[in-house]
Amino acid sequence: MSSRDKILAAVAANQPQLTALPDISFLKGDVNGVQEKFIATLTAIGGKVIEVDNFNEITAYIKATTTLSQRVITTLIELTNMVELINDNSVLPHTFQDVELSIINAHLGVSENGAVWVKDDLLNHRVLPFICQHLAIILNKQNIVPTMHEAYENIGLENYGYGTFIAGPSKTADIEQSLVLGAHGSRSMTVFLMNTPSAHD
Amino acid sequence: MSLRHRNVNEFLEQNGIDVIDSDLGERIVQLAKEPPSHIVLPCIHKKKEEIGELFHQHLGTPAGNADPQFLTETARHHLRETFLTRKAALTGVNFAVAETGEFVVCTNEGNADMGGHLADIHIASMGIEKIIPERKHLGVFLRLLTRSATGQPITTYSSHFAKPRNGQEMHIIIVDNGRTIQLGREDFRNSLKCIRCGACMNTCPVYRRSGGHSYHNAISGPIGSILAPNLDMEKYADLPFASTLCGSCSNVCPVKIDIHQQLYKWRQVIVQKGYTTAAKRASMQVMNITLSNPAIYHTGGKVGRWVLKHAPFAVNNKFNPWYKQRDMPEPPKDSFGEWYEKNRKSK
Repeated sequence: MSSRDKILAAVAANQPQLTALPDISFLKGDVNGVQEKFIATLTAIGGKVIEVDNFNEITAYIKATTTLSQRVITTLIELTNMVELINDNSVLPHTFQDVELSIINAHLGVSENGAVWVKDDLLNHRVLPFICQHLAIILNKQNIVPTMHEAYENIGLENYGYGTFIAGPSKTADIEQSLVLGAHGSRSMTVFLMNTPSAHD
Repeated sequence: MSLRHRNVNEFLEQNGIDVIDSDLGERIVQLAKEPPSHIVLPCIHKKKEEIGELFHQHLGTPAGNADPQFLTETARHHLRETFLTRKAALTGVNFAVAETGEFVVCTNEGNADMGGHLADIHIASMGIEKIIPERKHLGVFLRLLTRSATGQPITTYSSHFAKPRNGQEMHIIIVDNGRTIQLGREDFRNSLKCIRCGACMNTCPVYRRSGGHSYHNAISGPIGSILAPNLDMEKYADLPFASTLCGSCSNVCPVKIDIHQQLYKWRQVIVQKGYTTAAKRASMQVMNITLSNPAIYHTGGKVGRWVLKHAPFAVNNKFNPWYKQRDMPEPPKDSFGEWYEKNRKSK
């Protein structure tokens, strides 16, 4: 008998009485003012939100905040005129260790906690939002939901390899409970909230 | 933390595999060769000056620098080197989803993602109770976790792993370690609902005074005291008794574990199985006889008051554990019964 069979047999032998799966469909947030709430929440947890109307405003911001010697990467084709495009999945993830700024798209934002949902189809390399010193996310203003319940309703049963909610810069309070931003992941998180669905649409 | 619980680090080290903890607090207690004292804040028992000294010794920081910002920055550089050079990453699991086969790891620092996305092999280890039925139920649990742990709206990173990345190996270790026994104990199975938020520790008057190490178990605090006796009743027989049963833990528990009720029930199980000390058994026996016989009770009270007054050395000595850190009370002139007889009953 393998250890797996032993554990499964023990679980089966010690089963409590079955209870019906609860219906959680009543858990819903308020859809009014989700954009404002998202901005307020993300700002409160150490993130930064910039409202933009097109990609030109994003490139202007990147130009103003980074120097030529710093490595800036993106997975968005719209930004390739000025930023290194990452579309080769065969390189080692370790090669991104010198990245100053990663710019990626997000599927959706959650207003109650300031998190954005990103799956590996937007990442090319899973490590991109973590290994960079600074992280910038482009989020369509229309794609903000009130709570985690709507977020999972939106995600549904989609088949992905990896997906993550990112809420603000990496942080720790392990030393005497003093909050320090920039633990192992990015030191900052900037969300470009795009007013129109996309500049080239 | 789940690895710490089963001494996996020690085992791997004995077999020539160097293990480096990557959570800042875990790394600090690892450098100090101490166990963690809290499940969310592993080095909460350490002053920043002690951590500065540890970093001075092990990571070459200037002596006397105890600035949390500076020390965290040092650890970031030190551990980044580790993430970039190690071949295997061991992580825990916060939730696993039966419906989709994915597991979710929550961190604020980003260490699980840095480890998992850079290493050739990702090994995730979880107890059987981490499994929840459907993906949408993550909405309930991810909201509960940090609200009850640190007061954040959500952890910085809530990463869902369903498949390894291209060319990577991913292994999931599902651990029983007494959980199926606990599942079979009707009075105690509720403890398996624990999501390891630490709310019971943060509210517990005993934990807050005594600290995590006094529980001599990887998971300390009220929840540790009801989980540990299931693993080794004799070794952890003291824990369910180290409680005032005030119920604050049950009150704050986000998954509604009846912690103080279980502490009370463990006491009965432990006594019935004979895991109490002989001194305690004998004194309880004496107590039983005294309290069930009014004549012995009254005589005992009189003797006690007389001894306190005329022969204090008989109780003010090292054989009396109460006296070790406290003075004995002033003996009253008479018992409540005698006082009542004199002042009220006759009127």
